[in-house]
Amino acid sequence: MSLLEVKNLKVHFPVKPGLFSRAREFVKAVDDVSFAIEPGETLGLVGESGCGKTTLGRAIVRLVEPTAGSVLLEGEDITGINGSLLRARRRKFQMIFQDPYGSLNPRMTIEQIVGEALDIHRLTDSKSARQKRVIELLEAVGLDPIYAQRYPHEFSGGQRQRIGIARALAVEPQLIICDEPVSALDVSVQAQIINLLRDLQQQRGIAYLFIAHDLAVVEYISRRVMVMYLGKIVETADAKTIIREPQHPYTQALISAIPEVDPETKRKRIVLPGDVPSPIHPPPGCPFHPRCPIAEKRCKMDVPPLREIASEHRAACHLAKPN
Amino acid sequence: MSEFRSQKFWLRERFPKSGFWVLTPDFSKMNLLEIKNLKLDFGSGADALRAVDGVSLTIGAGETICLVGESGCGKTVTGLSIAQLVPAPPANYVGGEILLNGRDVLKMANEELRKIRGGVVSYIFQEPGAALNPVFRIGNQIKESLKLHKPEKATNEEVIRLLKLVGIPAPESRIRNYPFEMSGGMQQRVVIAMALASEPKLLVADEPTTALDVTIQAQILELLLDLKQRLGMAILLITHNLGIVGDMADRVAVMYAGQIIELSPAKELLRRPLHPYTKALMNSVPKLRGDAGRLAAIPGNVPRIGNFPPGCRFAPRCPIAKPECSKEIPELLEVEPGRWVRCPFWKTP
Repeated sequence: MSLLEVKNLKVHFPVKPGLFSRAREFVKAVDDVSFAIEPGETLGLVGESGCGKTTLGRAIVRLVEPTAGSVLLEGEDITGINGSLLRARRRKFQMIFQDPYGSLNPRMTIEQIVGEALDIHRLTDSKSARQKRVIELLEAVGLDPIYAQRYPHEFSGGQRQRIGIARALAVEPQLIICDEPVSALDVSVQAQIINLLRDLQQQRGIAYLFIAHDLAVVEYISRRVMVMYLGKIVETADAKTIIREPQHPYTQALISAIPEVDPETKRKRIVLPGDVPSPIHPPPGCPFHPRCPIAEKRCKMDVPPLREIASEHRAACHLAKPN
Repeated sequence: MSEFRSQKFWLRERFPKSGFWVLTPDFSKMNLLEIKNLKLDFGSGADALRAVDGVSLTIGAGETICLVGESGCGKTVTGLSIAQLVPAPPANYVGGEILLNGRDVLKMANEELRKIRGGVVSYIFQEPGAALNPVFRIGNQIKESLKLHKPEKATNEEVIRLLKLVGIPAPESRIRNYPFEMSGGMQQRVVIAMALASEPKLLVADEPTTALDVTIQAQILELLLDLKQRLGMAILLITHNLGIVGDMADRVAVMYAGQIIELSPAKELLRRPLHPYTKALMNSVPKLRGDAGRLAAIPGNVPRIGNFPPGCRFAPRCPIAKPECSKEIPELLEVEPGRWVRCPFWKTP
């Protein structure tokens, strides 16, 4: 059984034309998305800003309410549950946020921040046990426990992200949703956090949903990768395959657009015309067709389904051929 | 101006019809901008914090230079001081010269500076949304730049020509748009059009694509390359992304803690970085189609201004540091033709 199974998940936000009028239009932030995560694996999720990747992550942990569809955690549907039951289930999944400055309460010490989760789930029975556990957690993420009584502003960005990770680890989750965990960090510090996340996965067998816009980072850390465009998954495959043999024209353009450090790999850059269309009025047919270099007539009419084109490789494109 | 007398400065050219040989000055050999030992403090007296410490850099006409570094290394402040845009106070231009076409910017009066800013030197910044005034139509904002620097050309036709130049579709109707009606990529194109209005000799682009998505970043970089070829201006591109360097730059300067630590032709730097910091920086980014081995992270954190370590500023994080590294700041020396490194032990593998 998969650790997490997402089935036909939809998150639609109403757009109100006026103060008292009823919503007639919807932003389809996540539109019919299905996937699964196995225990201990990393699934990467890439896409440009506004494609719905953050909303998808938040809908899984119920920080936004899904409009339709189901989220199964170890076979149990968590979309309908509420209150104390939901809180109990939240022990199994945690989240790490992009902004290490905004996600820590500036008026709490590190011990309070990391220990709060222990209190909520009543994981330690004495003050000394709680203290011992916080020290353990800080050591696990590479922070010196002597910092436990300090406040977030006394730390650098990379250290703050380590605190966020320690907080997520406190309840021993099986799944961590990492929403752009390294994009706010300096390049030389990014690698430290990526290495830390990998080490923790190997030691503890945690599964990650790794949301990022940097394909190189996602390829590095993930086993499988999903590419999202305008609320839909357009391609999903093994990390190596999707970088080396992308089948969807959007993925191809996305990969070719990444400036590469190595001067020897000179490839033709595919420059996509235009911008991502508004998710309120997505184009009919394939959502990518107005920018697609190979679009045909039928792309403007029929929505391409996400279909299998090779084993474990699926793409939502009429023209993708099995190789 | 000694370049005028040197042999290298003259081009032998043949008139196409008559076949006469003539000597014409090769302006590409003359430096458009020469920054000499620039030192800039924030604050004064005992509280002074040195943000830029002895930066020297030249930019030839039509050349593209990348200034690379992590946050807080002084790259933006260096870029801004070219037109003396860092306000003093709090800044304090402690020493050095910034020669723009041979004239020192740091000695100019306000009157003259106003002509240079947005004139000979134009800027584009990271956040196009913040660079545009939200309550004026974009056409009027571009016209404002024209009124200042090319008053005879401040017409709608010229604005439309500029918008066409930067690839905005249907510019005739777009000039009546407000900034909020455009996407980030389009806004950045408007900012570029505004910067080009004065036909600058030098375009300082400070992280012009950092706030944009990869596919839009590719569009903007393509546009800058194309404009550079058509208009022949020099570009100082400030970025933290080493990937952009390979596509754009002729030469690269890598900055760390207020100093240039490596200066080199772009291709050679990417192929064979010499300074331990540049090497470490390149190894710490995951590469597309790279192997899945452990990333070589740089230990520790980027030193903050005011907390720079003694001696070589990279020494506490350097894998090949020796005790003497923390005693004296090493000099930036030319170790191979065109390649400058601030590390006496650069040969250590």
